[in-house]
Amino acid sequence: MSDVVSDLRHKLVPEDRTYKQISEDILDTLEEAPSKGWLIGFSISALLLTIGFLTVAYQVGTGIGTWGLNKTIGWSWDITNFVFWVGIGHAGTLISAVLLIFRQKWRTAINRAAEAMTIFAVACAGIFPLIHAGRPWLLYWVFPYPNTHGSLWTNFRSPLLWDVFAISTYLTVSLVFWYMGLLPDLASVRDRTKSSIRKVIYGLLSFGWNGSNRTWHHWEVMSLVLAGLATPLVLSVHTIVSMDFATSIVPGWHTTIFPPYFVAGAIFSGFAMVLTLMIVTRKVLNWENYVTMAHIDAMCKVILVTGMIVGLAYGTEFFIAWYSGNEYERYCFINRATGPYWWAYWSMISCNVISPQFFWSKKMRNNLVVVFALSIVVNIGMWFERFVIITTSLHRDFLPSSWSMYSPTWVEIWTFIGTFGLFFTLFFIFIRVLPGIAVAEVKSVYKFARNDH
Amino acid sequence: MKKDFVVAIFDDEEKLLSGAFKARDKNMEIYDVYTPFPVHGLDDAMGIKRSFLPYVTFLAGAAGLTLAVSYQVWTMAIDWPINVGGKPFISWPAFVPISFELTVLFAAHTTVAAFLVYNKLFPGKNPVIMHPEQTCNKFVVAMEKDKVSLEDAKALFSEHGALEVKIQNVDMNP
Repeated sequence: MSDVVSDLRHKLVPEDRTYKQISEDILDTLEEAPSKGWLIGFSISALLLTIGFLTVAYQVGTGIGTWGLNKTIGWSWDITNFVFWVGIGHAGTLISAVLLIFRQKWRTAINRAAEAMTIFAVACAGIFPLIHAGRPWLLYWVFPYPNTHGSLWTNFRSPLLWDVFAISTYLTVSLVFWYMGLLPDLASVRDRTKSSIRKVIYGLLSFGWNGSNRTWHHWEVMSLVLAGLATPLVLSVHTIVSMDFATSIVPGWHTTIFPPYFVAGAIFSGFAMVLTLMIVTRKVLNWENYVTMAHIDAMCKVILVTGMIVGLAYGTEFFIAWYSGNEYERYCFINRATGPYWWAYWSMISCNVISPQFFWSKKMRNNLVVVFALSIVVNIGMWFERFVIITTSLHRDFLPSSWSMYSPTWVEIWTFIGTFGLFFTLFFIFIRVLPGIAVAEVKSVYKFARNDH
Repeated sequence: MKKDFVVAIFDDEEKLLSGAFKARDKNMEIYDVYTPFPVHGLDDAMGIKRSFLPYVTFLAGAAGLTLAVSYQVWTMAIDWPINVGGKPFISWPAFVPISFELTVLFAAHTTVAAFLVYNKLFPGKNPVIMHPEQTCNKFVVAMEKDKVSLEDAKALFSEHGALEVKIQNVDMNP
């Protein structure tokens, strides 16, 4: 009987490895000199980051008049990019927290990298509101501290302030969740390394972890508690992001479908980004025995499901716009599909609704070239989704005399590219200096995964 | 401070578990077990009580919630009320998101802080090491030497497949 089970279910670690070999497979990269591919990738990312940094310095010095905004369209690329990056981050928390609660053991191979991706993506997202605030050096004004501005408080009824609390809670909680998971593996690096410098650094970073079972007991309870907190947190974050729009009275934004629609879209784009990163990383770092085709298959299925949820949301929005009988709402949606930004709308539909349908086929899910290409297509689609929602709703104002068009300036384009530089630079550093796979967690499910007990 | 321990070293968690359960049956007190990953069942064998951390989470979460609700009500309705179209000053639905976020923020960070403080984990702490590979592939049962004799331990753990059973002098404050 056990043979039947193992034939049907993928093995999480296909090749037989001892515990020591698992450590070697994953942690040896930290001891070796960086490869040529890494150096090239890192240099390109760092270059983009530098250009992005200079662009940000320029617009902070000059003002956001350097953007393509006008008095009709006061939000566009900045918020699009903000929502895009926050959304990408959500898959990491989903993999680490939600799948932990559901006892999905396959998560162990990808949760570390996905959580790292979450933190880096949220850091990229934070840049946009920071610049858009105009005077980033006064950003502490968003916090409700006792002040001398006539004791004027921040407006707790504003979804933009909710965003401040949601994003900062999300970033810091994800960070400690990730770091607590890293402790056992950092200790493992500390105990394995032959270099005395590394011993000191990883010794500091691992907080004196020694694998005591009394500590493990609390660690496991803490992980479960944090997962239980992070699960509603991740849902709340994109819900609140969607409320930036949904609580306003702008046609196309003022809908109750936004929170679930945004959360599904976030998971959709996040899993696509995890796939983009992992398909390359597993190849370069020889993680094929840990991040297996079974993982890629499972993630493709998540993309297929969330893609259809997103598709359903697009349909529902359109139907409700007609059914509401509100002429502005109706016009807004017809304008999205047939107005001057029709190409953005149909890019969104083809990337997000049509392209994931390939994943019905197992052959497609097992073809890495297809999966990699589609994962990028999905992220392009999700970027367009936010652009469509934000820009098309704004560009046809209530008064036709205010109707306008928007196109980004080079400043906005390079800021966006710069955030990709930041994201990939951080990711490249991450896979060089920290254990990219949760070694202890892989070991703990290894026997289960081998089906031999 | 140095201390003598009877240590038994295993390379497999199932052997370790059967050995640890046997030790419990024989009333041999286990000081601690050092493993590369959490081994389920060891808590029972060692008689570890359920972690107190969820209580910390609850209390901290309640504190965060209380702070968030009272601060929002105080600033928006008492200290500097602003009349927006005659709407209520205590507009509680608008206070829900931040109340939730602060609950999570307080609960999560306090739980982590309690975990680190209780287990005495901090940057720069030197680990108590029983075996150099205890974070990689070795499972180490440690018993205090004045409570368990080496002979008893040898007899019991060798039967359950221990690689080695010996007396080890360990620096407890490295």
